[in-house]
Amino acid sequence: MQPIAIRDVSLNYDTPGGKVQGVTNVSIDIDASEFVCIVGPSGCGKSTLLNIIAGFLAPATGQISIGGKPVTGHGMDRGVVFQDFAQLFPWRTALGNVSFGLEMKGVANPERDRIAREQLRLVKLEKFTDSFPHHLSGGMQQRVAIARALAYNPSVLLMDEPFAALDAMTRDDMQRLLADVWKETRKTVIYVTHNVAEAVYLADRVVVMSAHPGTVKTVMKIDLPRPRDPLSVEFLDCQKELMGHLGHNTNGAAH
Amino acid sequence: MTNNQQRTRSMIRGGLSLLVAAAFYEAVARSGLFPAVLLPTIPTIVSTLIDMLADGTMFEHAFFTLYRVLFGFVLAVIVGLPLGILMARFPRVEHFFLPLISALMPIPSFALIPLFMLWFGIGNVTTVLIVFYAATFPMAFNTWSGVRSVNPIWLRAAGAMGADENSLFWKVIIPGASPFIITGMRQAFLRAWIGVVGAEMIAASDWGLGWVIFDAKEFLNADVMLAALVVIGFIGFVFERLVFGSLERATVQRWGMVRVAKG
Repeated sequence: MQPIAIRDVSLNYDTPGGKVQGVTNVSIDIDASEFVCIVGPSGCGKSTLLNIIAGFLAPATGQISIGGKPVTGHGMDRGVVFQDFAQLFPWRTALGNVSFGLEMKGVANPERDRIAREQLRLVKLEKFTDSFPHHLSGGMQQRVAIARALAYNPSVLLMDEPFAALDAMTRDDMQRLLADVWKETRKTVIYVTHNVAEAVYLADRVVVMSAHPGTVKTVMKIDLPRPRDPLSVEFLDCQKELMGHLGHNTNGAAH
Repeated sequence: MTNNQQRTRSMIRGGLSLLVAAAFYEAVARSGLFPAVLLPTIPTIVSTLIDMLADGTMFEHAFFTLYRVLFGFVLAVIVGLPLGILMARFPRVEHFFLPLISALMPIPSFALIPLFMLWFGIGNVTTVLIVFYAATFPMAFNTWSGVRSVNPIWLRAAGAMGADENSLFWKVIIPGASPFIITGMRQAFLRAWIGVVGAEMIAASDWGLGWVIFDAKEFLNADVMLAALVVIGFIGFVFERLVFGSLERATVQRWGMVRVAKG
């Protein structure tokens, strides 16, 4: 696992790849095996930042390095999970999807199959190896996507609101599962979300961003012991503090 | 309801429509409103068909037609599929070929038969080229649409997993465009099948289902014409439902990439 250094990264114009929510002078240091959540209002550029780290977008200024190596374009040191369920290849089974990165890496078959099955076991889908994505629920599809991003053993896992399109109950299950997976694999995770409870449940540190300009407002450390209890007083206090950073009124009184 | 039951039911429904249409035809044929030579009854057509099948001539005609249509169709796929892909991948190729396709696609292949006869004479070359002309454009056009409609998130995900251009092409773009590619093949075959019969009527000699029909008019053999039409319809049906239908069930339907109508 390798540390990530983000230095003075800015991107404020639209790229040929599409319209971009700008980010200005973002600097973050992330330790190896750290779980970092990026939260902020819509328009703060949190997804843009993740796409820059993933290498889908090039920053206008500044630079990012992973384990001391500067990032230029996407690379197999990073695994990416998107919000959209459609990210899986519909023409491949769960196992085929998870095998894809290994195929690209040139891992031959008995070994490839073994690793892919192992990854599916990690996300508790060992019974669905031969199912096509359209036969799986949204939560299961996102689990396949996580297994797929982990299969070729990147040191960093980048996640862009992966559970935002799921119902509340499934989302809770998925967060527990992701916490377990992280505990087992010790990947460095950068996780974009707009869900405060989710950030407090998952993160070692939460990076709070503000919009106009899209930049880092503050960084909050979450020191709660794991596994975390979302109903504990300490958890709710953290949540309040984070909401305060985000500028939400937390005492329920009128403005 | 299981898939098998559904399929049986849809087959029964299809059979019923055919039966009603046949009964109507038979009623008109027997009504005496038209001369029996021009409007032969179904038993007459069936016995002509059986005779032609029994002496092997119908098989030979069908063989020639199939040979021409498949030759031209395969050629069209070999040219149209890569052309569609190149058009979708490279704007310059698109700018050059798209106006050409738009201009040539609406020209009925029949309209070219006399010209092709002048250039290539009577026989297989002309018929195969007519088929090729009819089938290439829908193949290229649909492939082009299909590649353009490949979900960008698949390309992103594959890129993040280290796919190079070659893997991206074979393992993402081709399967991602497959619903359109199969539709392209279907339309191409349909146009090829229509084209081959027309081309055989005037540009073939002695063999082929289209030639049989055209030749039969000299002898007022309406029953032979209708028998050949039955064979043409049957082969077209087999390709549409069995060949392309199975291809679709084994791929895009199994992958959930196209919706299946229920009932």
